[in-house]
Amino acid sequence: MKLTREEVREVAYLSRIEMTDEELDRMTGQLGAILDYADMLNELDLEGVEPTSHVIPMKNVMREDVVKESCGVEKALMNAPDRFGDFFRVPKVIDEGEGH
Amino acid sequence: MKYEPVIGIEVHAQLKTDSKLFCGCSTGFAAAPNHHVCPVCLGLPGTLPVLNRKAIEYVVRTCIALECEVSPASRFARKNYYYPDLPKAYQISQYELPIGRNGKLTVRAGGREKTIRIHRIHLEEDAGKLVHDASGGSCVDYNRTGIPLMEIVTEADVRSSEEAVAYLTSLRSILQYIGVCGANMEKGEMRCEPNISVRPVGAEEFGTKTEMKNLNSFRAVRLGVDFEIERQIDAIENGERIVQETRRWDEATQTTQTMRSKERAHDYRYFPDPDLVPVEVSASVVELIRAKAPELPEPRRVRFISQYGLPEYDAEVLTGSKAMADFFERAASLHNDPKAVSNWIMTELMGCLNESGKTIDECAVTAEDLTALLELMGKGVISARMGKDVFKDMFASGRPPAEIIKEKGLEQMNDETAISDAVEKVIADNPGPAADFRAGKKQAAGFLVGQVMRLTGGKANPKIVGRIIEDKLLSE
Ligand SMILES: [Zn+2]
Repeated sequence: MKLTREEVREVAYLSRIEMTDEELDRMTGQLGAILDYADMLNELDLEGVEPTSHVIPMKNVMREDVVKESCGVEKALMNAPDRFGDFFRVPKVIDEGEGH
Repeated sequence: MKYEPVIGIEVHAQLKTDSKLFCGCSTGFAAAPNHHVCPVCLGLPGTLPVLNRKAIEYVVRTCIALECEVSPASRFARKNYYYPDLPKAYQISQYELPIGRNGKLTVRAGGREKTIRIHRIHLEEDAGKLVHDASGGSCVDYNRTGIPLMEIVTEADVRSSEEAVAYLTSLRSILQYIGVCGANMEKGEMRCEPNISVRPVGAEEFGTKTEMKNLNSFRAVRLGVDFEIERQIDAIENGERIVQETRRWDEATQTTQTMRSKERAHDYRYFPDPDLVPVEVSASVVELIRAKAPELPEPRRVRFISQYGLPEYDAEVLTGSKAMADFFERAASLHNDPKAVSNWIMTELMGCLNESGKTIDECAVTAEDLTALLELMGKGVISARMGKDVFKDMFASGRPPAEIIKEKGLEQMNDETAISDAVEKVIADNPGPAADFRAGKKQAAGFLVGQVMRLTGGKANPKIVGRIIEDKLLSE
């Protein structure tokens, strides 16, 4: 599997990371090397093996539906870069948002 | 050329849990922004989400009601995108292994039955709320973030706005019946996003579809879907290309407008959320939840006909909402004439609700008050005519009927001597009609009864008045 420069550009865009041409070249090489390394797994016969999403065999970790005290608006906003009253303030967004 | 619409419907239903999906923050109404938040739902580093058991139970309950297969194993995935309403920059959702699949819901639309297949039901967390104002930026409130949403997706089986509304009406009623969701569209407890395409009748292939948002009532769904179908047909007839996009229903202009184009395919880079372990719902747990499941609208409708002897129409109307059906059953358990209870609910109660724009949950009249009124009428304390006025007062004030009757002095006059005096006066004042009645003109009685009622301020018991008039005139 060969990672292309265009794929790296796309992934960078999706992650909102701006990259110079020089960085794109470097990342294409480095990420490609990592993927090549992981490619070794394809040499194994994995017929009938479920993809692993967790390494520890655990399931059904749940809590009861009980309300706990929230942390309070001041604590919540303590690390906010900017606030407006009790709101977090962020740079103006024009897009209507993604689908949920 | 004739076209047919092909519609699939995505519904987001807010589950009625007390706490959020992955943390203990309240899902209740918060007076101010960012008061129901904690490090987990704010997505702060070092926190771990823990699944709310009730949310899983509610989704399984819904799966059972919609005849879905419940996946023995399901898991959560991260849906990655950047937007300030999403503090973690991903939404915890489900992708490959949703909880429910392959269900169906049969609805009645246009006088016939239609089965709409359910593609999948999954669980996810809600995002926050963004307020654009004059502060020079965008303001974010994370109170909603992490509130459990159940997404219910149909196959593209819907063929008209009428079927879409019938499906949503029926779904809302089921969600209310099984107690998992308030399902009030105006309050945003149930949000619906239809995707719509059109194709020439007989064609196999689907046309390009658009998705619609901001439909906040059944009326908006009907108008919006019809508008979009027409818009697409017009575009095709004019040789234009339908663009795959999200369109927003605009209530003011009653049109849909482009919200964002989906020309650049979204890549959410879903992957299993390593913070959450798989959920396994065994067959025995499903059976346990099934055993506890409340009665659904359809079986209840059938039972109303057999148990209370109600006509089909009454049973259908009364079971249309769980709250209304509950109200009826409570009243019917207190009063031994279920048809009378039904009549009063369907005419007086529903009339008052319609007029005031209230729902049964907001209604001040209790089932106990209604049956007390029926008992008072049955005993002749007030007439049926008076009963209707008393009911209006009960609805407006929330007071019990006896209190209203007493305060307004509405008790029916059953005192024979007093009525007899009034009858004599009316006969003396109206010799003509009295003579007619004596001569065998029965319809003259109506006039005389009316005069006695007028004289007594409408309080005389009309049955007694009629009898006394007959006694006096025919025995002379
Ligand atoms: Zn929280």
